[in-house]
Amino acid sequence: MEGLLNAAVVMANFVIVPATAYGAQLALGALGVTLIFGILRFSNFAHGDTMAFGAAITILGVWALQGAGVSLFPVPTAILALPFGILATALLLLATDRGVYRFYRRQKANPIILVIVSIGVMFIMNGLVRFVIGTEEIRFDDGARFLVDVRGFREATGLAEGLAIRTAQVTTFLTAIVFVAALFWFLNRTRTGKSMRAFSDNEDLALLSGIDPERVVRVTWVIAAALAATAGVLYGLDKSFWPTTYFQLLLPIFAAAVVGGLGSPLGAIAGGFLVAFSEISVTYAFRRALGHLLPPDWMPAGLVQLLSTDYKFAVSFVILVIVLLFKPTGLFRGTSS
Amino acid sequence: MKKTLLATTAALVVSAAAVQAQEVKIGILLGFTGPLESLVMHMAPGAELAIAEINASGAFGLGTLATVNGDTGCIDAPLATASAERLITAERVAGIVGGDCSGVTGAALQNVARPNGVVMVSPSATSPALSTVETDGYFYRTAPSDARQGVVMAENILDRGIKSVAVTYTNNDYGKGLADSFAAAYAERGGTVTINAAHEDGKADYTAEVGALAAAGGDALVVAGYIGQGGSGILRASLDTGAFDTFVFPDGMVGQELEANFGPEINGSFGQNPASAGEGAGIFHGMATAGGFDGTSPFSAESYDAAALIVLAMQAAGSTDPKVYKDKILDVANGPGERILPGELAKALEILKAGGEVDYDGATGVELVNGREAAGSYREIEFVDGKLSVIRFR
Repeated sequence: MEGLLNAAVVMANFVIVPATAYGAQLALGALGVTLIFGILRFSNFAHGDTMAFGAAITILGVWALQGAGVSLFPVPTAILALPFGILATALLLLATDRGVYRFYRRQKANPIILVIVSIGVMFIMNGLVRFVIGTEEIRFDDGARFLVDVRGFREATGLAEGLAIRTAQVTTFLTAIVFVAALFWFLNRTRTGKSMRAFSDNEDLALLSGIDPERVVRVTWVIAAALAATAGVLYGLDKSFWPTTYFQLLLPIFAAAVVGGLGSPLGAIAGGFLVAFSEISVTYAFRRALGHLLPPDWMPAGLVQLLSTDYKFAVSFVILVIVLLFKPTGLFRGTSS
Repeated sequence: MKKTLLATTAALVVSAAAVQAQEVKIGILLGFTGPLESLVMHMAPGAELAIAEINASGAFGLGTLATVNGDTGCIDAPLATASAERLITAERVAGIVGGDCSGVTGAALQNVARPNGVVMVSPSATSPALSTVETDGYFYRTAPSDARQGVVMAENILDRGIKSVAVTYTNNDYGKGLADSFAAAYAERGGTVTINAAHEDGKADYTAEVGALAAAGGDALVVAGYIGQGGSGILRASLDTGAFDTFVFPDGMVGQELEANFGPEINGSFGQNPASAGEGAGIFHGMATAGGFDGTSPFSAESYDAAALIVLAMQAAGSTDPKVYKDKILDVANGPGERILPGELAKALEILKAGGEVDYDGATGVELVNGREAAGSYREIEFVDGKLSVIRFR
């Protein structure tokens, strides 16, 4: 019995808790991607660097608040600074839309052209972020570090294995729930939200019924900015902020959005968690967990690891390929990608 | 009148030639451009300091020394080869301080220095591969081989009674070389390496890597990475998940950032980095500061020693011909004889001129092993009360 508990704790410590936090971050990112795909009808490659920008501005806000002596302890100050990050990101995205995307929209450009344009925007944003905050690693998690720490857990339960749950992980999960709930309420209950869904379902019909397309586009960018900045801050809070890592997040985020079905918000959330859990469990070495379950003689000599951690990104690729081959519309029947 | 003029001119030409013959050129072949330029700006002055000290003393009996620079680009083998070619065939240097990075050093040695018979003394090439290449006695280094640190680290860990460790290394030549040499030395002395896994730098999250390390187990985790890069992330994730309590830090991880970012969390963790103990280092740091550069910068002291060794060997052999003085380098470096510290080069030259013997210790406690390279002295550190404390030198 104790072996079973120990194995469960090891799995929770190394797989379930980190994957849940990571999944929440991916879900928020994928929501932004899927929303832009649904309304503006192109895959926004600049989304990763939009997240980095939101996180960078929020970090500046954190420093300002710390300088002024404001603190939310044990909650990280970043939560207080997040609105600044969202505001700045929204302004940036609206300016980008006005300066870049609107031109192509009026020309009724092919979606693939918009995708390529977004790659250009991505490079510019990437440079902008480095210009604003530098290229060094930044840790801005100033709250209480642990909700449950390893030593405390061991002493409290008497088990051999320990469990750590960090404040940042809990903050991530709760913030994600709040944002997702707010988004769904907005899309399903408000007039603007309904007009957005109408626009997404059938653009011509929406125009005929008097919906202002430019307004829908603006609202979409603002919501995407909020989602991106939040996802960026939560990722940086949970792990650490490197301006370059957000670009690498694009792949899992797109994998999550595609798995769920592009354009489907519910699918983006499910996809986020699916990708996160696959990535972590496929590259996790199960030897230690098995060690608690099996008799000592049966203890495997190897690590019982399907793929080395170096192949973490390959997992997203494989998921993408499988979905596109067998169920191109994704789990929740989004647009065929 | 015309004749006198002619004679004077002729005399002048002759004496000019004589003066020129007495100028002994030493090449400084380092990466003045490229990834190591921030270190080279303190290495080249180290070598020049030794040359200037000797010139000022006037005790060098074979002429006046001059330095000529050549660029290696640190990772640019064709550039390094061309620079070495220029130093040797056009500038006619009698010896070379350099190269800096291991790859270009090997290229310059095999393509130019060895065929032409010119001595190279590298202050900073640390690749274990340079311990075994053919050199015909033309290659020495005042920096220790990375393999040496693997041995020192293995002894350090076993002396503390830790019999099994997990190893993670940064995925490049440095990390892999160090991890492999450590694993071999540790296993040879009876320790068990449970896993030897790479990690990539520049990622935000290392939980998955630490998960694999934790699954393999071990009493301590050896982090052969960089403190400003993935090494920090590995450390953070290990502490957060409680995977390891004790860590072993090789040179890439030893830094003040450990104290600032982790402090008391890593109490009891230990490590080692190459550092020279004793008076030699202290004297050199003072001389460097007076000379306007940072003597504590890595390989700066080694550069001083490399230049000094070349000139002392020339004096001992009574010749600036590399084919002759190359055999004297080990003699002046390892003794027996009078112990020589930085700033005492004049004394050493006088002793050698009088036919005596010296044991050059210099800024880094020079002791050449394996017929070509520094044994290296390592500073053993440990975290006590969240502070990086030096335990001893080994």
